[in-house]
Amino acid sequence: MSYREAMRAAMREALQNDARVVLMGEDVGRYGGTYAFSKGFLAEFGSERILDTPLSELGFVGAGIGAALGGLRPIVEIMTVNFSLLALDQIVNTAALFRHMSGGQFSVPLVIRMATGAGRQLAAQHSHSFEGLYAHIPGIKVLAPATVQDARWMLAPALADPDPVVIFEHAGLFNLEGEVTEAPEWDIAHARVRRAGSDVALITYGGSLPKALEAAESLCRDGIEAEVLDLRVLRPLDEETLIASVRKCRRAVVIDENWRSGSLAAEIMARIMERAFYELDAPVARVASEEVPIPYPRHLEQAALPQPEKIIAAVKGLYA
Amino acid sequence: MTIDHPPPAPTTGPVPWEKSFAQKMLEQMLRIRRMEEKCAELYGAGKIRGFLHLYIGEEAIAVGALSCLTNDDNVVATYREHGQALARGIPMRALMAEMYGKREGCSRGRGGSMHLFDAERRFFGGNAIVAGGLPLAVGLALAAKRLGEARVTAVFFGDGAVAEGAFHEALNLAALWRLPVLFCCENNWYAMGTALERAQAETDLAKKASAYRIDAVACDGMDVVACREATEQALARLHAGRGPQFIEFRTYRFRAHSMFDAELYRDKAEVEAWRANDPILTFAARLRREDKLSDAEWAALEAAAEAEVADAVAFAETGTWEPVEDLLKDVYTPCHA
Ligand SMILES: Cc1ncc(C[n+]2csc(CCOP(=O)(O)OP(=O)(O)O)c2C)c(N)n1
Ligand SMILES: [Mg+2]
Repeated sequence: MSYREAMRAAMREALQNDARVVLMGEDVGRYGGTYAFSKGFLAEFGSERILDTPLSELGFVGAGIGAALGGLRPIVEIMTVNFSLLALDQIVNTAALFRHMSGGQFSVPLVIRMATGAGRQLAAQHSHSFEGLYAHIPGIKVLAPATVQDARWMLAPALADPDPVVIFEHAGLFNLEGEVTEAPEWDIAHARVRRAGSDVALITYGGSLPKALEAAESLCRDGIEAEVLDLRVLRPLDEETLIASVRKCRRAVVIDENWRSGSLAAEIMARIMERAFYELDAPVARVASEEVPIPYPRHLEQAALPQPEKIIAAVKGLYA
Repeated sequence: MTIDHPPPAPTTGPVPWEKSFAQKMLEQMLRIRRMEEKCAELYGAGKIRGFLHLYIGEEAIAVGALSCLTNDDNVVATYREHGQALARGIPMRALMAEMYGKREGCSRGRGGSMHLFDAERRFFGGNAIVAGGLPLAVGLALAAKRLGEARVTAVFFGDGAVAEGAFHEALNLAALWRLPVLFCCENNWYAMGTALERAQAETDLAKKASAYRIDAVACDGMDVVACREATEQALARLHAGRGPQFIEFRTYRFRAHSMFDAELYRDKAEVEAWRANDPILTFAARLRREDKLSDAEWAALEAAAEAEVADAVAFAETGTWEPVEDLLKDVYTPCHA
């Protein structure tokens, strides 16, 4: 099944299994979802549970928080991460802080999903990756399903989680095809090794995973066995799996579509420095987006983003 | 069969303009139409990429409203801004090159269809965040007022933008500070797949502006005469010291929201009803009736528009790609030290 179908199946199952689950967002109902994730849901579940919202990101995300506090289990969909910035106040100043500032009296069991990432020539205002920005915030959990299996099985545990969970779905993955298990997998706590290797750890997440895997295949032909680690959970980070992979390979490259400065990649590198510095054979390298708003023309957009060739070059640089 | 958003009856009344000016207005609408039809074709051919939002059906608004502005005024638009850009006087060549992503484009190729800019013509984009342009327009007007400049800032936005907080904050600020802003709401009844009545408890949009003590009118956005008159009158009130003005242009987009869209959210009959009210065809018919447009003149306008489009495409085709080495350009302003 495709990533899109997997996400759709996950939402459908959640709506079927729990009457408290509602889906709300722009064009989730009549339009069937910006990316057709919720096509047919309005007919199946009705307008009490599939809520088309006006263009009011701050308002409906805030309403999602209140609905979660009031006993519902809302899935709030934001069209893309760019528009989530309009709702950032509610996410950061309310959802993330509520439990703490109430002294643990109130939790916010809310799931926010949004598309992220570049690669479709949508230019500067529609191509952001802000996973790192969200992963900066204590009080929310941040997931980045990068495989069809994760698209299928990460939503249920996210909904069961008592705290706000933000899910980033990279638009470049929507047509990805992959296997999914029949039985549910219940894990929103761990990173996963997607390809075992011994020479260098390629640490990544989301839309950069296929690029890292492609780079690993190519490196293999050159005699370098790369391990590819998919972080999956960007906050809280699964430091144990991360460090284990780095210790095993003794070299690491972090691949992150966020801009380089202050990125999640920077945080990963710092953790490696704190825990595995003396086990490294080379300084940790990273491949991130160039520090420029994403330009419209294809050749410039592609040049601004992490690419397999850049990953390969970074790995080879570790051996220079 | 009832239609959710019935079009007004096509205007048949006399055109209060002399022949040459009337033909000029027709020509402007036709240029936009032909350019965009070509854009759709080029999108299919993969020459234009990303999102492409066509203005087809709404041309009377940009042409009518912008015909009232001077070169000193400011214009702020949305991602559906090809019409405003062309009516503002940005050469079609520069627009087409921009949509190709070529260096010769009006945003040097960096912006594409949704981010058309032109400093010389005081065209401040091309904003793809819904309602993002409204606070910006307030600030432009604030600067003009503070600097003692007579310019007006016209800001265009859709019915969908009315739901955003930025809309309400911008209207209040403009009214509170009595700033020279002309709020131009292009109500085409849908924000992507969401019909106005599914997004607004109060669908009379002019009332929103009235609540902020801003003069507000609604006009037939399919009639270029009505669009121009409403704008002229609003500007007269603004210049008479009545503060910011709001016009709701009632219109319809004939095409999909962007290039892909199954259009499950609206009735084909509704689309057909509005198409019968085509702003270009109905205006041309009125001019013919009044002997202000002959068959030969219409043919000449058509031929000129076709030729201009062909020229713009040729220009874009021969345009150049920015070298990858320049990728990091224009993130910051170069130092003058
Ligand atoms: C803040 C924000 N939210 C969502 C979107 C996605 N989006 C782009 S256009 C659009 C519809 C806007 O409708 P309207 O304002 O009526 O303008 P129209 O497209 O009809 O001209 C939506 C939802 C966006 N660009 N910005
Ligand atoms: Mg609209």
